[in-house]
Amino acid sequence: MTRVKFFGLFLVAVLLIAMLSGCGSNKEGTAASVSVTPSPSPSAKVPAPVELLNVSYDPTRELYEQFNKSFAEEWKKETGGSVTIKQSHGGSGKQSRAVIDGLEADVVTLALAYDIDAIAAKGLTKKDWQQSFEQNSTPYTSTIVFLVRKGNPKGIKDWNDLIKDGVQVITPNPKTSGGARWNYLAAWGYAAQQNNNDETKIKEFIKTLFHNVPVLDSGARDATNTFVQRKIGDVLLAWENEAYLAKKEFGDEFEIVTPSLSILAEPPVAIVDKVVDKKGTRQAAEAYLKYLYSEQGQEIAAQNFYRPRMQSVADRHKDQFPQLKLLTIDKDFGGWQAAQKKHFADGGIFDEIYTPGS
Amino acid sequence: MAAKTRTDRALPGFRLTLGFTVLYLSLIVLIPLAALVLHSAGLTAGQWWDTVTNARVAASYKLSILTSLSAAFANIFIGLLLAWVLVRYRFPGKKIIDGLIDLPFALPTAVAGIALTTIYAPNGWIGSLFEPLGIKIAYSPLGIMLALIFIGTPFVVRTVQPVLQELETDTEEAAAMLGAYRWRSFLKVILPELISPLLTGFALAFARGIGEYGSVVFISGNMPMKTEIAPLLIITKLEQYEYAQAAAIAVVLLLISFVLLLGINFAQRRSSRRSNAV
Amino acid sequence: MAGIVTSPRAGESSPVVPKHLTEPRIVRGILIGAALLMVGIIIVLPLLTVITQALSKGWEAYLSALREPEALAALRLTLLTAAIAVPLNSLFGLAAAWALTKFRFRGKNVLVTLIDLPFAVSPVVSGLIYVLLFGAQSFIGPWLAAHNIKIIFAAPGIVLATMFVTFPFVARELIPLMESQGVQDEEAAVILGARGWRVFRKVTLPNIKWGLLYGMILCNARAMGEFGAVSVVSGHIRGETNTLPLHIEILYNEYQFAAAFAVASLLMLLAVATLIAKSLLEIRIAGGSRKHEH
Repeated sequence: MTRVKFFGLFLVAVLLIAMLSGCGSNKEGTAASVSVTPSPSPSAKVPAPVELLNVSYDPTRELYEQFNKSFAEEWKKETGGSVTIKQSHGGSGKQSRAVIDGLEADVVTLALAYDIDAIAAKGLTKKDWQQSFEQNSTPYTSTIVFLVRKGNPKGIKDWNDLIKDGVQVITPNPKTSGGARWNYLAAWGYAAQQNNNDETKIKEFIKTLFHNVPVLDSGARDATNTFVQRKIGDVLLAWENEAYLAKKEFGDEFEIVTPSLSILAEPPVAIVDKVVDKKGTRQAAEAYLKYLYSEQGQEIAAQNFYRPRMQSVADRHKDQFPQLKLLTIDKDFGGWQAAQKKHFADGGIFDEIYTPGS
Repeated sequence: MAAKTRTDRALPGFRLTLGFTVLYLSLIVLIPLAALVLHSAGLTAGQWWDTVTNARVAASYKLSILTSLSAAFANIFIGLLLAWVLVRYRFPGKKIIDGLIDLPFALPTAVAGIALTTIYAPNGWIGSLFEPLGIKIAYSPLGIMLALIFIGTPFVVRTVQPVLQELETDTEEAAAMLGAYRWRSFLKVILPELISPLLTGFALAFARGIGEYGSVVFISGNMPMKTEIAPLLIITKLEQYEYAQAAAIAVVLLLISFVLLLGINFAQRRSSRRSNAV
Repeated sequence: MAGIVTSPRAGESSPVVPKHLTEPRIVRGILIGAALLMVGIIIVLPLLTVITQALSKGWEAYLSALREPEALAALRLTLLTAAIAVPLNSLFGLAAAWALTKFRFRGKNVLVTLIDLPFAVSPVVSGLIYVLLFGAQSFIGPWLAAHNIKIIFAAPGIVLATMFVTFPFVARELIPLMESQGVQDEEAAVILGARGWRVFRKVTLPNIKWGLLYGMILCNARAMGEFGAVSVVSGHIRGETNTLPLHIEILYNEYQFAAAFAVASLLMLLAVATLIAKSLLEIRIAGGSRKHEH
């Protein structure tokens, strides 16, 4: 039996060694991968190198890839120090949950204020975070447009064309995709205007619209892929920047149709106070977000098909961004908390669409 | 009845191995799962019940259970066939086929989902063949089932294969000498030995299927009440920051699989005890 | 001893099964054909899709997708994760199978079922439970943060989630196998005076080597390919906490379809590599046991 005991000790020892070496090599792993991220040359100047983590939503990848490079150069010019910006992308709600659960983001740049409100509710950032930066802390905006197939075979011009028989509409599920909530609200706003705010009629419109949706993807990019790759549906409801990007990536197969009325999609940004205070990165994080409002930052946003706030930059790109009537979430829907409760919460209006017997 | 007369602690290492098993199980599985159950306990009994019996949730349970049951059932036959051919016959390319069996595991589920959708979508290689017949594969329960068959195949093959490989041929030999027909000796001699691994494979494929997410969301179409699977509803709840409700749906899913697995383990033990006693 | 170990078995590399123990040619042909068809439809077709997509932009693009620093970082993390999860779960599988099949005790069925449990847990939930346990909002979250211990959104969380998902593989493979083998061999060895570790090494291990190997291969394949659970605990920091499957998702979402499928094919290659390792091992084991018989 002593041998058995020895075997037992041996087992435990092996386990411990494996775990320890695991932890050890974890650190190595991360260290190695950090050096892999393109960081500016580590010329040990006076300010210590800073590392920021920007937790963002899906469609901003291209935007921040370009912006981060530009900011790193700017930071070097201003302070002489080096800054590395790490990026994390995913669905807006998922990203917000990750930050709440401990992902150490210095800044968040998400799809809607509702998701940053959730972070603020946990005390990670201040309650009135939206006052911290200009323009509701939204340095760039977008709107919801239609992407249709070349030649627009179904003749889709405006929202009321979407509820016609035989038109298939692709949009992600508003319950799982932040972007899709803007789609839904834009459609709602149009129906409200057409029906003098008669709620029964608006609901009827929305219901018919969603009955024309053959595939309800869980995220915005999944919906784009369903429309573009699987060739399902006649029209994709998408953010303007996504529609332009899809057109850029997939060439001339598609056309963008701008409806008569849409919603001002405001993807806000915020500093996560708790994290920057812990890491001592507040200065860099603030400079980073402020740079979004600079002419250079606005130009990069415009180049990535986001509508810039700065008039001079907007004028330069005005062909790209046609004028249309835009509703806002705060004025027309009473803010995100109210909209969420009325439309998207369980038992809300969106759920009614799919309640049996309707 | 030899099993009964055997002294229980004849072999060494019982305490050690059982202790380690329970410890490791607790650390990796039970404690984290307890966290899940605790979270779902954040709801009152009424809220809990409303969450898990909501019409949409119920429809998704039904869909998840039906598709994974039928996929697991199909996998029994496919898995048995593949395991049999791989163990008993020699043919060119056998090694390659043998290796391919594991690939559904190695392929990230999302990639599998995208690849399957590419094939079975109305404009895909196979989907376009069925489109004129009015059969929709992708974006229908049929597509979900296909994805789950893909995911579950290795389970059955890999549980049957080692048993078949270790199966001693003497009993078969004896049966053959006694003049039993091949088919009969398969039914009477080989199959009973395989029931246990087949059941295991079935249960595992089912349990895996009912919780599968990555490969299914792409091919299912996610239409509420029709092709919306239960794991997607968990995500939906999380997206609304409803951790407790998400946990409640997950707990029900867990219970369903747990009861099925437990039942199959009991049945299996009984059958193996009977065959041991012979 | 030798008598116990070397009962005739229809191993992989064993000679053809005697004539009277196999099916007529035509039946064999039909069965093999059916099997090939099944493999073709269920497995080969999706793989062909992956490969054609991966090469759709040519070899140059294919190779450059694999050489990208972020892909390499993801590969490193994936290999590290598998290197920790697979041995630990194998050790657990051996211990569990020994305790469960060589002894009788109360609550055995429940224990077996608990081991299966991770299969039954949706991958999303498998990640979520560690977030609930170690996240900033959890009971021990603040303590972990105060001591700067990162578990989720870092490598340890990814390893844990992977271990959870692949937890039952080896045990599940070994239990039915050792069950069907019974305890006679081991008991005989003990009566002949062999001690614990030796009984295991000389008697049990040769009997279960295939099951063990299959279990480890499955465990490894799944560990490297796991997506759902890891996606919840990873935090998706580029070049840092992305595993290969997550890197694939990112590429796909960036409309870099060819690159995404190229990386996916890399995962397939890794699976093939484990397969080759298995074949080599088979040959060696076969050689070794033949020597043993003489």
